[in-house]
Amino acid sequence: MSAKPIVHLDSVRKTYQMGEVIVEALRGFSLEIFEGEYISIMGPSGCGKSTLLNILGCLDRPTSGRYFLGGEDVSQMEDDRLSAVRGARLGFIFQSYNLIQQLTVIENIEIPLFYQGRPEAASRALAIELASLVGLESRLHHKPAELSGGQQQRVAIARALVNDPLVILADEPTGNLDSSSGEEILGVFDELHQQGKTIIMVTHDDDIARRTARSIRLRDGQIETDILHKRPTAPLHAS
Amino acid sequence: MPVKFENINFQALKNTTAHTEGVGVSFRRLDRTVRLGLKSLWLHRLRSLLTMLGIVFGVCSVIAMLAIGEGASHEAQEQIKNLGSQNIILQSIKPPEEQKVVSGNQSFALEYGITYPDIKRIKATIPGVTVVVPGRIIREYAWNIGRRADCEIVGTVPWYPQMRNHRVQEGRFFNDLEMEDSSSVCVLGAETAALLFPITSPLGGSVRVGGNYYRVVGVMEQVGKVDKSAGAASGGPQGGSANRLYMPLSTAKTRFGETLMKRRAGSFEAERVELHEVTIKVNDRDQVMNVSLAIKDILDRNHKKQDFAMVVPLELLKRAERTKQIFNIVLGSIAAISLLVGGIGIMNIMLASVTERTREIGIRRALGAKRHDIIVQFLVETVILSGSGGLLGVALGVAIPFLVTYFAGMVTIVTFWSPVIAFSISGLVGIVFGIYPAFRAANMDPVEALRHE
Repeated sequence: MSAKPIVHLDSVRKTYQMGEVIVEALRGFSLEIFEGEYISIMGPSGCGKSTLLNILGCLDRPTSGRYFLGGEDVSQMEDDRLSAVRGARLGFIFQSYNLIQQLTVIENIEIPLFYQGRPEAASRALAIELASLVGLESRLHHKPAELSGGQQQRVAIARALVNDPLVILADEPTGNLDSSSGEEILGVFDELHQQGKTIIMVTHDDDIARRTARSIRLRDGQIETDILHKRPTAPLHAS
Repeated sequence: MPVKFENINFQALKNTTAHTEGVGVSFRRLDRTVRLGLKSLWLHRLRSLLTMLGIVFGVCSVIAMLAIGEGASHEAQEQIKNLGSQNIILQSIKPPEEQKVVSGNQSFALEYGITYPDIKRIKATIPGVTVVVPGRIIREYAWNIGRRADCEIVGTVPWYPQMRNHRVQEGRFFNDLEMEDSSSVCVLGAETAALLFPITSPLGGSVRVGGNYYRVVGVMEQVGKVDKSAGAASGGPQGGSANRLYMPLSTAKTRFGETLMKRRAGSFEAERVELHEVTIKVNDRDQVMNVSLAIKDILDRNHKKQDFAMVVPLELLKRAERTKQIFNIVLGSIAAISLLVGGIGIMNIMLASVTERTREIGIRRALGAKRHDIIVQFLVETVILSGSGGLLGVALGVAIPFLVTYFAGMVTIVTFWSPVIAFSISGLVGIVFGIYPAFRAANMDPVEALRHE
């Protein structure tokens, strides 16, 4: 295991002003995640899960404390640079897939590369490769509405992988799926984990959490438990 | 499902340069953004079309109205120019107060109008006045065997056509020799010719006026479609009809004399007018206004009654230009308002679209879109809407004047710049009214946007 964590939160606080009341969503939260880890984050609603995920995903900045992503301090970056970090280093997978309806499968997968300013032809080639990787090579030009939930989530996975991210953030990826499709998606996650991808997954389901290598349970903006189920697999390829 | 992730060759892509700056890259990205915009607009075809209509009608009405206005004012200016911009035209008019006296007094030879001494005085006192075209105008019937035309018989000089920018269409105008000899020749106006000689060529034929026959030596060109108003502007004292018949002034003088007799319901009246119309050419165009004042001065001194009128085409031209200017301002305001309304329509739809696509904005932001990427995306859509609306409007706006000309017979002129300006304004409207919705889209909090249902 490499010495340097890929994600390093150092006493991160996040407070919201809700009218008169100030809500503390994260209270001095510290966390280290290393390359190749497969982590599930659990906890009751209102425990700060979403806030943590937003901060990890560089969609929001901590009120105080520091966040290092791949060794870079992103905690107080300005908006445009945060966008660039999201586009280049993070992959998002959402509960409701969040595909853009008017675009085809292939175009959806390409989006992160488009905003990175990558050339169109190379982007397209890579997007096709990833689409076949998740078993959608016959659906390249379909719109999301023409796909099943499981297929849509696989598109989302391909999209999250297309920029070869440092970390994949998944927010209840199986929440909207029936159990067999969910199982399929979790299978993909297992594969990715075995191939050395770093995955952070928010989930409600204890069974799913047990499949991951490490489970973190939150309560009131702090870590309640941090359980290591198994040793993280060594990364297969250096990034 | 086997997912062989390590087989994916990211390196190939990473070796490509990922520029976000630079003109070439911006253009390529813009091209993709435009395609994306078209796709999004295509998704709501009907809505996009309806939104566009505001701009379409705005642009189309601007171009069409300008074309019709330009055509009308062009025609008016042509007519004025036919009078000659260096000319001053004096006309004899029957003074209104005399008419009452006449009706009381049964036999009274009314004497009025511009006289030969007037012309001599003008020639003698005002420098820079070269050619003077005197003219007598008599209202008479002209006959070709059984065909009759109610004519203005114009007795004038051989250089009349040059002075009035009025060309001879067929044959020739009468010459100096015929003038000197008081020959019985005449030149017909195009309308008169059409009336008297509907089938055969009038050249060489003869026309009877009163008791005398006149040989037709030429036919004048038609002065444009709305010749009636031209006739009024050049102002035969009797006004009205455009049917004209030109003959040498000397001929007219000997044949018709200077006294005009008219019988009217039991009474008898006589008018004595030396010259009905005099055209004075001023050598220097800049002096036209001054000379006209001087002439008015001279005539005022010798005419106790207001029995003459002065037409200065240059002044008319200036007035016409001023009118056109006002017309353009009015048109401009109408155009501005209609485009404003169109623009507000676009803004309204874009704001709705931004709200509707909040989720999409959140997704794009999460996947690496910067604020300005979102701004560009929405701005491009607005500009596509207003731009294609503008193009459609230009097409319609250019087509409508043709239809107007075809069906209503009005002259219309589509100037080159009116579609250009109307189209660029429509593009500008797109940018101006697209900016606010685009900024609103870009300033959304990505977290909030992703949560939006």
